[in-house]
Amino acid sequence: MCQAQEEYGGCDQPQRRPRVSCAQKCMKCKEASPVLVIRVGDAFCKACFREYFVHKFRAMLGKNRAIYPGEKVLLALSGGPASSSMLRQVQEGLSREIAKKLRFIPGIIYVDEGAVCGQSLAEREETLLQMETILQASGFPYHLAHLEEVFDLPSSILQRAPHSPAGPENSYKEAVEGFICQQRREEGGSPSLPERRIQEKLAELSMREAPGTEGLAAPGARLLGAVRTEQLVQLFGSVKTLTAKEELLQTLRNHLILHTARAQGYSKVMMGDSCTRLAVKLLTNLSLGRGASLAVDTGFSDDRHGDVVVVRPMREYSAKEIAFYNHLFGVPTVFTPALDTKALEKASIHRVIERFLFGLQAEFPSTVSTVYRTGEKLSTAPGDADPATGAAEPQHCLLCLCALDTNVEDGSALQAILVSEQLSQQRLPAASPAGRGCCPGAEEQRGCCMNTTAPGADARADFLPLLCYGCRLTIKDTTCLESLPLYVRSEAERRKCRAAMKLEIQEFLLEDEAVNPGES
Amino acid sequence: VGQCVRPACRAGGAETPAPTAAPTMPATCSACGSSPAALRRPKTGHALCRACFLAAFEEETHRAIVAGRLFRPGETVAIGASGGKDSTVLAHLLQLLDQRHGYGLHLLLLSVDEGITGYRDASLAAVRRHQRRSGLPLHVVSYRQLYGWSMDRIARHLGPRNNCTFCGVFRRQALDRGALLMGADKIATGHNADDVAETVLMNFLRGDVGRLRRGAGAGPAGGEGAVPRCKPLRHAYEKEIVLYAYFQGLDYFSTECVYAPQAYRGYARALLKDLEAARPSAVADLGHSGERLSLRPDLRLPARGTCQRCGYVASQPLCKACVLLEGLDRGLPKLGIGKYRRLRDKLRDGQPLTQEERRRLGAPAEGEPSEEQEPRGEPGTDEEPWGRRELRVPRDLDF
Repeated sequence: MCQAQEEYGGCDQPQRRPRVSCAQKCMKCKEASPVLVIRVGDAFCKACFREYFVHKFRAMLGKNRAIYPGEKVLLALSGGPASSSMLRQVQEGLSREIAKKLRFIPGIIYVDEGAVCGQSLAEREETLLQMETILQASGFPYHLAHLEEVFDLPSSILQRAPHSPAGPENSYKEAVEGFICQQRREEGGSPSLPERRIQEKLAELSMREAPGTEGLAAPGARLLGAVRTEQLVQLFGSVKTLTAKEELLQTLRNHLILHTARAQGYSKVMMGDSCTRLAVKLLTNLSLGRGASLAVDTGFSDDRHGDVVVVRPMREYSAKEIAFYNHLFGVPTVFTPALDTKALEKASIHRVIERFLFGLQAEFPSTVSTVYRTGEKLSTAPGDADPATGAAEPQHCLLCLCALDTNVEDGSALQAILVSEQLSQQRLPAASPAGRGCCPGAEEQRGCCMNTTAPGADARADFLPLLCYGCRLTIKDTTCLESLPLYVRSEAERRKCRAAMKLEIQEFLLEDEAVNPGES
Repeated sequence: VGQCVRPACRAGGAETPAPTAAPTMPATCSACGSSPAALRRPKTGHALCRACFLAAFEEETHRAIVAGRLFRPGETVAIGASGGKDSTVLAHLLQLLDQRHGYGLHLLLLSVDEGITGYRDASLAAVRRHQRRSGLPLHVVSYRQLYGWSMDRIARHLGPRNNCTFCGVFRRQALDRGALLMGADKIATGHNADDVAETVLMNFLRGDVGRLRRGAGAGPAGGEGAVPRCKPLRHAYEKEIVLYAYFQGLDYFSTECVYAPQAYRGYARALLKDLEAARPSAVADLGHSGERLSLRPDLRLPARGTCQRCGYVASQPLCKACVLLEGLDRGLPKLGIGKYRRLRDKLRDGQPLTQEERRRLGAPAEGEPSEEQEPRGEPGTDEEPWGRRELRVPRDLDF
């Protein structure tokens, strides 16, 4: 019903779904009897389904030509069905004997978020043990990270590294061909290159690598781990809404994964977002004011960090397909409670959207795929140029590294919000403890200042301009900015100083526009 | 007066929970700091007294009008007046602000009579009351007059679903035609922030990239129809509009349209309520998202042309209204609804349709008398044949 290409309205009678009878044959091979139905009426037998599933993965990678042979790729494993399925696909793809096997060098990362989700140390150990079984069985080098390590990240995480540009189309083919030739040369006794590399790595890494402290092993490390855990719990405790907690968790997790990737030399990260999960994410991000960055947040490749590119090879699989595959072919998963496990229905935007979308999908079976396809039609918004300096280079958000979307355009929603805030508190309440002389009753207030009764208001007012619209909302729900990890605060400080510097010498700088007239 | 914190919202729905900042001091207006607060405004969560809220709301609308450059001095503006809360507040505000700030506008009230017995009569009465109080000229265009079909008659032929299609398409043209008749340069409609947010959600859910590109109504003055339109209230929360009307003592008509219990917009509306409960700023956040969406440059989107029959704006050879009317006049009301291009082409080429095809297009069954004239229907909506669903007054929906 919901496709806009259709004339509006749909049918008069309720749409009669094609009934699949038991006597029907697999729609692909037409011989075996089907074991499952995917999409609306496609019945597959086990073998054909497997082929369909595997083919989709390889086609996704091949079509986008994002992963070059010999590249190191970090798989982000959460233990959930989609990422576990992704791991299995990578295993299968690499192990094929034929020439068409996948040719990159995988590693795995698992991030333990138990502290934030309210799990006790024992529970976390238990989960980690289960995960390690899976990780070791994969045969790939793996990294166990704890979210607590976020406090030890360098502030370079928040800076875009120079992007090593991918060569022109031809070079992908050449790279592949060159790789095959090299492999053939090395054939004859010794294992092929990627396998050898993996074995080397295994020996080298001793199977357990963490950028920071392990946190659970040595007593000294254990103590530091406990301090960090405390800090983490305090940070999330200072976030008032579940929505903001979820957002913050995602941001921190992404930073940690990125850091591991950079530290260990991975140039790509694979995330296991399924089509269903991306449809939810699209609507959620819309509701969070992140309309400008939908394309990078949900597209196949996300290059906001510059040197490390995040890819989402599972994006065309529906959750149902993944679940069936895992069940039929014994893909192990580990359940870990998330932030919103057992939360109320309307506790966070994420929950609301998820529940809504699944409910609507039951009535209109094309909803999820329509939303997904709509997302595919989006592109990255051109970041707004810094109005103050007129520099061509758009500013990037401190936390999510997306282009800032907060230039106040005339007649925009953002402007209306600022005006409303301003008009609703023209005078500060008399009992303000800081006694800030912020001109009570004056017209001009800080562009984005909040209710300034809190003592840390100054810091907050300096912090917010560095963030995109969506991240601003998250930080507005955070009461104590001091509990943010050091790397965030120091990078914020650095940017602030730099901006002040630039302002001071503004008149002496020869701007880009002088060199490239007309570029804004 | 002044004791209750939040007036009962006529539009219904869940009250937004208290904002996240717990008030540490007694509820004094945060704008003037002296009077006790009479309400907590949904948009920002601040506690305000009556006077400050009214002043803030008026000032915000004024700034939105100025910043968006919605009007030029000397323009004639037709205000789409349905008698509902949004258009009543809009008319009131535009008149007030025009006098206060000297916009230099000629304001008119333009009302559309869809021919829904019991519903439209009452709301038109509200418009007339407003007209008497404000002294603005009023013009009413009716579907029957423009198209020869009233909504009552259409619904009788069409059944319980898809009435919003007809009403929305017809209303859009009706407003344009009425505005041209009155010599207006612009049409101002009372779309509010909730409408915009719902539209963004809806267009995403239905994959309507064409409308997403148009900013989901975020552009201040749209040139899509024959007459440019603007939405001065598009940043105002629906609840604040009700608050304003309440505290200003404005009189309006509010009830649900009986023909639209199953409109798809209802889903988006329910979702928006839940989102607002989870985070009150979600309404504005969606508006911001809608403005900042950008589409891939390589997409093929419908181009704007004109209807071959009536000359109205259309992206197909015939405008939607003409297609719908064609179906109605031929006794095949579903002609414009659903994918029936092949059948439409058949008709266009003059080929006869089979009985099955006619049935699918909604032709009346054998033996049913054809409607020759408008029977007088029973006023009132005690009989709700198609169920009641909480919806506002239908707007000129974008199709």
